[in-house]
Amino acid sequence: MKQTLQQSLGQSWQRILALSIKELLAVLKDRRSRIVLVVPPILQLLVFGYAATFDLNDIPVAVYNEDRSAPARELVARVVGSPHFHLLARIDNDAQIAPLIDNREVLVVLRLGQRFSADLYRGRPARVQLIIDGRNSNTALLVQGYLRSIVHEFNLDWARRHGQPPPPATVEVRSWFNSNLESRWFIVPGIVGLLSLVITTIVTALSVAREREAGTFDQLLVTPLRPVEILIGKSIPGILIGLFEGSFILLMAVVWFEVPLSGSLGALYIGMFLFILSGVGIGLMISSLALTQQQGMLGAFLFVVPAVILSGFATPIENMPTVVQWITYADPLRYFLVVLRGVFLEGNTAPMLVGYYWPMALIAVVNLGFAAWLFRHRMN
Amino acid sequence: MTPAAATRMRLRAMIRKESLQILRDPSSIAIAFVMPVFLLLLFGYGVSLDAKDIRLALVVEQADANTASLSGAFQHSDFFIPLAYRHIRQAEQALLAHDVDGIVWLRSDFSSRLLRGGSAPIGVFVNGVNANQARITEGYIQGVWQVWLAEYAREQGRELEPPVALEPRIWFNAAVRSRDFLIPGLIAIIMTLIGAMLTSMVVAREWERGTMEALMVTPIRIWEITLGKLLPYFVLGMGGMLMSVALALWLFEVPLRGSFWVLLCASALYMMVTLGMGLLISTVARSQFVAGQVALVATFLPAFILSGFLFQIGSMPTVIQGITHVIPARYFVAILQTVFMAGDIWPVLLTNSAALLLMMIVFLGLAQHNARKRLD
Repeated sequence: MKQTLQQSLGQSWQRILALSIKELLAVLKDRRSRIVLVVPPILQLLVFGYAATFDLNDIPVAVYNEDRSAPARELVARVVGSPHFHLLARIDNDAQIAPLIDNREVLVVLRLGQRFSADLYRGRPARVQLIIDGRNSNTALLVQGYLRSIVHEFNLDWARRHGQPPPPATVEVRSWFNSNLESRWFIVPGIVGLLSLVITTIVTALSVAREREAGTFDQLLVTPLRPVEILIGKSIPGILIGLFEGSFILLMAVVWFEVPLSGSLGALYIGMFLFILSGVGIGLMISSLALTQQQGMLGAFLFVVPAVILSGFATPIENMPTVVQWITYADPLRYFLVVLRGVFLEGNTAPMLVGYYWPMALIAVVNLGFAAWLFRHRMN
Repeated sequence: MTPAAATRMRLRAMIRKESLQILRDPSSIAIAFVMPVFLLLLFGYGVSLDAKDIRLALVVEQADANTASLSGAFQHSDFFIPLAYRHIRQAEQALLAHDVDGIVWLRSDFSSRLLRGGSAPIGVFVNGVNANQARITEGYIQGVWQVWLAEYAREQGRELEPPVALEPRIWFNAAVRSRDFLIPGLIAIIMTLIGAMLTSMVVAREWERGTMEALMVTPIRIWEITLGKLLPYFVLGMGGMLMSVALALWLFEVPLRGSFWVLLCASALYMMVTLGMGLLISTVARSQFVAGQVALVATFLPAFILSGFLFQIGSMPTVIQGITHVIPARYFVAILQTVFMAGDIWPVLLTNSAALLLMMIVFLGLAQHNARKRLD
């Protein structure tokens, strides 16, 4: 009796469907598992969306002003009045500086000497000393930058009021795509990728390991299911859950955090699908390598953590050493972040992003293939 | 046998059992020793906020001596790789395609306006998608511009001195190396991972397999189980921690300005907090799947984002600042950054250690309470 191709495809499809439903139930039947899949991503998005910003405000500052003249007071008022700074203390001797900085009470001490206004009126540079806590070097640089621009404004105004010529050349800066330089617009689209990756990897990384530990995977292998069918059946729940959660976070980014979505939604979804597929592939690969759930979990960690660090989520890839930059080419999140930020902020469309789609597709195919091969070839 | 001797015996047996279990499953050892090295190398080399080699498109519409000296200033800066573009259109295309991170545009009338003494505009465009990076790039461009202005004035036989000049001094990290502050923070993150992962998965496995109930029907008391479980993992975790410190000092050359013993004591305290967190997670989550997921979500991500390791806590919204107080990593990051970079500054060390001690008591107490309740 010969089966037609259509019949065998139909049967194959039925088997895959049955396996997918079983897999979905395995994850969703437990109330705790359900909660773990839904609640943390929402909490994380909210907390991180607000917390993960490099923009500084309310920087605690202490002022040590030995010069009571009007210009000195004006400069201090400009610093303290800026939303970036918050006056914590006025001090009147050198000995007070160290404890304030050491104990992290203030990030910067502004010191204007007695000769400040005398120098200023005589046309000699009036010096303002900054003592900055360098324990966080990025913050130290930013604080310096904020103060520099306040002093720059002060200098321009001073020159104008005292009939001095303006500088012969000026810099006019314009920022593309994010004119107010809001960190949040950079971070929130990144969180969409970050959380989708965490969810898909976790859902899939334990799926084979759990069955191996329970011994049911061997049973699965002796059923009529072919490895490819097992692979598809095990992938579908991860893809569905990943797409669902990804869409939800996307919606929150647009509705709650009001990040402008200026590009094409279709381009974003092509990227999201390929990204989740590659995440599922890596998760299943890890899972089929692992003999116990603990090993699966460890594998997931050892993948997710570097994948996040090396993706350009918080720190730019260009700053990494060349060898590390090569490693980032194997990180699917690296490409998805470009897609996310490109579509959100730069108004990209699908044809502009092809260069970022195909590496994710490649990563997905390689890992899924390897996982299917491992199903039969890794047994105790 | 006296009760004390019986306790000692039971504890010894429990510790032996746990140690054997660790030795038999290589993944525990991998978590404690391979993971810290792997992560520290990866983070140490991978995470840097020091922008260098920023690719800059330089558009000079009419070349002459002035534009040449300004282009030269960009070429000599360590921060930029200037690339010459002929037309602003091409430069804009390059910015769109991410080939360059910014554009400096000197229009054809730059020199004539410069000579007339009326502020000649230097057009600067930066890609603002990464706001932090854009701001740093902008700062560097302004720096080059100011150096060039002073140079230009000197050539004209004038001294160009700003009315007010800043003299910044950055304490603890004069060279502003981001690695010096990131590596101590990373040690906190790595220890959080090790501690919480190790215990949460291991104990959840006992619950999942039902061996925890089997343990409980023996004469062993719950606190003895807890202690017996904690000790081997404590030793394992501290080993991983010492390795991280060694790498930080000798490979990444982070200075250790405080004393080693302070570092060791604070780390031991933090290790207990993370182990307690892991235990608590494992008693709440019944399966390894849930325990692993919770460990990842409740430990790694908050330690990464809410601890002050990368993002300044003082600049977060008030509600979020409140939440950071229940993240143990916050206190440990403060201790580590201080011990490594500033020295033994007791007010910082003591207040943060007190907070850690409190959290340890709460976590272990809750874990104990939960373990007892679950038997009913």
